[in-house]
Amino acid sequence: MTTARGTNGNGASGGGSFGRFWAMTVKEFIQMTRDRITLATMVMLPIMQLFLFGFAINTTPHNLPTAVLMRENSDVGRSILAALKNTDFFEVKTVITRAEDMDALLQSGEALFVVEIPEGFERSLRRGDSPSLLVAADATDPVAASSALGALPGILSTALENDRQVAFAEPVKPAFQIVQHRRYNPAGSSTLNIVPGLLGTILTMTLLIFTALSVTREVERGTMENLLSMPIKPLEIMLGKIAPYVLIGLVQALVIIGVGILVFRVPILGDPLSLAAATSLFVITNLSIGYTFSTIAANQLQAVQMAMMFFLPNILLSGFMFPFAGMPNWAQWIGEALPLTHYIRIVRAVMLKGASIETLAYDTLALVGLMAVAMLIAVRRFRRTLD
Amino acid sequence: MTAAETYEVDAPETVIDVHHLTKSFGGRKVVDDLSMSVKKGRIHGFLGPNGSGKTTTIRMLCGLLTPDSGDGTCLGFDILTESDRIRRRVGYMTQKFSLYQDLSIRENLEFVARVYGLPDPRGKAGAAIERLGLKGREKQLAGELSGGWKQRLALGACILPEPALLLLDEPTAGVDPKARRDFWNEIHALAADGLSVLVSTHYMDEAERCHEIAYIAYGKLLAEGTVDEVIAGTGLVTFTVSGTASGPDVHHLQAELKNRPGIDMIAPFGASLHVAGRDAATLEQAIAPYRDRPGLKWERGEPTLEDAFIDLMRRSEDNFQ
Repeated sequence: MTTARGTNGNGASGGGSFGRFWAMTVKEFIQMTRDRITLATMVMLPIMQLFLFGFAINTTPHNLPTAVLMRENSDVGRSILAALKNTDFFEVKTVITRAEDMDALLQSGEALFVVEIPEGFERSLRRGDSPSLLVAADATDPVAASSALGALPGILSTALENDRQVAFAEPVKPAFQIVQHRRYNPAGSSTLNIVPGLLGTILTMTLLIFTALSVTREVERGTMENLLSMPIKPLEIMLGKIAPYVLIGLVQALVIIGVGILVFRVPILGDPLSLAAATSLFVITNLSIGYTFSTIAANQLQAVQMAMMFFLPNILLSGFMFPFAGMPNWAQWIGEALPLTHYIRIVRAVMLKGASIETLAYDTLALVGLMAVAMLIAVRRFRRTLD
Repeated sequence: MTAAETYEVDAPETVIDVHHLTKSFGGRKVVDDLSMSVKKGRIHGFLGPNGSGKTTTIRMLCGLLTPDSGDGTCLGFDILTESDRIRRRVGYMTQKFSLYQDLSIRENLEFVARVYGLPDPRGKAGAAIERLGLKGREKQLAGELSGGWKQRLALGACILPEPALLLLDEPTAGVDPKARRDFWNEIHALAADGLSVLVSTHYMDEAERCHEIAYIAYGKLLAEGTVDEVIAGTGLVTFTVSGTASGPDVHHLQAELKNRPGIDMIAPFGASLHVAGRDAATLEQAIAPYRDRPGLKWERGEPTLEDAFIDLMRRSEDNFQ
């Protein structure tokens, strides 16, 4: 063994800062590929979640069990019944004639909707009295109830107008008018809305945990002591640990968008480059936040718990599950501080509305800001000593 | 010892020079007012019982821990303010294997080479693999290596960036005697090339292979110097008692001699007992009644390094309990 001592001068020799960052990146990348199960999970998880959310979980209800209460036997009543049967929304289970049966059906859950055609409905309609049509809905699931209720007037007025043209010689001004115009998602399909939201959610969930484990794993395996005794700086360690996962995040995004396009027919109306840029930014932001947790947590379990704590408001307050505008102000403020909120806005705008990233400056800047804050905290929190 | 003597003739350069280092954890002083110096090209043994503060001291030297008080230099750089420069020039081998178990031998070495910014990290790693005698096994994961090979690899990784000072924290714990001997031969070869080494150990034979030793207990430095100086410093007078073939077992004697005034230390060594005292006259008095006992052979002997250490440990216990 021959050793010349200390031939290298300052720490800046050789590859310098980039060299040390690169050393870390290569190391992390190898470690990542060596953990086959985790790697497989990284690819399978997005696909699994996408199919679960895309197929099983659907906020646009179909075939809601419905009953029709016919208090009179009329042509109008029959055409309403036919119209209801013609839609996907409702599945007419029974036709009843007694009001007492209605309550029983709703209570037992046999019917979620009961449409009541009152006595003398046809007659007052022909007189132009603007009669009421009663609808009783089981609103225990408000999402299902409201979307079906929203669809009902359209179905009914179409049915009635068709009927009128048969019944009357001259058209009469309709008794009521409902203007419904669903933009960007004319079919009202929640899959279209969910796929972009899911893109952000899946990325948040997986990426947070990857980096949340990275520093605590070194501490738990005892490799941190060695790493800290080497001339590598906190920023270089952080960037080196984040870099390989950016690649994973982008692969995941590609898988989700690909499945979204192929299986769920989600369009990308906007500029794909805008989508790629926003996604990269979002991926790095989440990795930075996960890394920050890693510098705070004492062990891997704590780090995962912190990631989960952060994940929950992301799901609930970002506008992914519930409409953002419907939340109280304080919840909206929290939502504004979450990267998923901004990313979902960007992705929905780009994919479904054809926007480009320039028109989404606020949300883009918000992501940049959150990333910078997370990185700053992480680098300041990272202790170079074992004190 | 020739290498050391050569360096003594040259003006010896000090590579570690620290004063009054103190470090507490949770109100307990782990290192207490410790000052020490290590000269260039020397192998400095660092000895002391478990939990005496050896690891903490080593960590303070390479910037992994910040001392509560005290100051000093390592390779001429301030340990408080210039730890970045110290990191670049010091090879620190941790007590526990701390390379990446899920990276191969080659990947670990390349990582080290890149972090230290060495030109041609692949070539450097390849050369190190050859030097370590690991050619053909370079793709093996570090976690799959045996204890002895892990230790060799760790040392190889330490010296890869060509440091000026090695800090080795119990490098031979759990390693077989052959691997230990090879390891020490390597350390001596490195020191002959001018590398300075501070090595902590529990083994007496290893301590005797050091140019100088420092003994630490309860965070305090109790003795420092060459092996002979440390032994002489304790002022011990030693007798060896052994039983003749037909005589009684000397180990019964241990109980009888224990706690007699003048006897500071008794330790069995194989078939004999080492009986030592700091004052020759009182020791002679204490053993006088037993000297003529049939079947026992008394001999005045030289105290060993172990005698010295056990005595130092005993005395420090007296002081701290």
